[in-house]
Amino acid sequence: MKPKLAFYWCASCGGCEVAILDLNEALLDLVEKADIVFWPCAMDFKRSDVEKMGDNHIDFSFINGAIRTSEDVEMADLLRKKSKHVVAFGSCSCFGGIPGLANLSSKKEMLERIYDTESTEERAVFPSVKFEFDGEILTLPEFLDEAKPLEEVIKVDYFIPGCPPQTEQTLEALDSLLNGRSDKKVFASAKSVCEECPRQKEDKKLSTIKRIYEIQDDGRCLLEQGIPCLGPATAGGCGARCVKANYPCTGCNGPTQEAIDQGARMIASLASALGIEDEEKMEEKKVDELIDEIIDPVGTFYKFSLPKSILKKRWRDLDKSKTIGGRS
Amino acid sequence: MVFEPKILAFLCNWCSYAGADLAGVSRFQYPPNVLPIRVMCSSRVSPEHIFQAFDQGADGVFVAGCHPGDCHYINGNYKTLRKVKLTKKMLEQIGINPKRLRLEWISSVEGVKFAEVVREMTEELKELGPIER
Repeated sequence: MKPKLAFYWCASCGGCEVAILDLNEALLDLVEKADIVFWPCAMDFKRSDVEKMGDNHIDFSFINGAIRTSEDVEMADLLRKKSKHVVAFGSCSCFGGIPGLANLSSKKEMLERIYDTESTEERAVFPSVKFEFDGEILTLPEFLDEAKPLEEVIKVDYFIPGCPPQTEQTLEALDSLLNGRSDKKVFASAKSVCEECPRQKEDKKLSTIKRIYEIQDDGRCLLEQGIPCLGPATAGGCGARCVKANYPCTGCNGPTQEAIDQGARMIASLASALGIEDEEKMEEKKVDELIDEIIDPVGTFYKFSLPKSILKKRWRDLDKSKTIGGRS
Repeated sequence: MVFEPKILAFLCNWCSYAGADLAGVSRFQYPPNVLPIRVMCSSRVSPEHIFQAFDQGADGVFVAGCHPGDCHYINGNYKTLRKVKLTKKMLEQIGINPKRLRLEWISSVEGVKFAEVVREMTEELKELGPIER
């Protein structure tokens, strides 16, 4: 019997679904080898179809997107119940991804920004979970307090990171999963992106942080040229595609296997690579200037992995000190 | 009840730990709120350790290393300086008061300074109160 596959999206941009379509001709081989029993983005399936299935009916459920609403939680629970294996597909599902950066604001702050600012025509009308209209009850899923990776709500068997996952990575994963040769849990390289990067390293200290348009591309390491490239802290497996296309790595494949926290690991790498001339004289002002050139450290170093990091979300410590005593 | 902050101190083996030791054998008084961990070099302390400390209940983290030019490993403390400054910036963005992370240079003869810094930091953290989690 052919194995059964399901694809579902939670809080995602749809890029991961396109990544499946991007398999091109290989998609035809896939439908020959397996049955797709649920894929609301591309085919006409309803939630009730899944509800009618028996437990463990689906062999592999590929879930992409972060967990952001109560509907995402319900669907993840449902698919977990109906599937033998669950695969977190894409960075959002593995680490929280770009939607996870919203954890820097609270739910209240976000709703106020959207529904109660100058840009809103009718101020302070917030979406509600339940609404009665003409005797009918209309419902909406609840917007949760924070974005979470899939692993925080259900048990996940396999991870395919990437934003979106590279075709080669997806094919390798599909091949080994469907043939029962799944010796890997995470379908990314155990080594960092730097291992796959063809650029030349000179072990040079960087004395200034630059933006991508400020450098001449000459095949040298982007980090050594002053671009904050997340290669050292990011798992490879993507073939260093972005770096080969003259764009710095932004870390979509998540932390390397031995790193606990991608952003923290990147700070450590960058602090070692950064250097000012005559650092022995240690003018703190100069160090401050250099550090100030990195404008948005959380957004740069945790672009895809904030909900999966150690600190996870915005803490309320500073807000408190602003109101009490005003020390910050 | 008075709030007693918990401070995790990473002390470098060659200077700062000896400094703390000197404070002990000289019987300088300092608050008992500090929990020291000896590391071979202050640059061994990764932001990962600092974040984990805050996540697991520390109210403050104190990193101490050799004075500029005195590092046993030549340039470890310069890396620490940049690392701590970057970490502070990140802490601020994530909503933790950067004052909760402190870097000081303490040599093996500065027992007084060690006691002084711990006292100062404890006072500061008492005023800031516990981290709102």
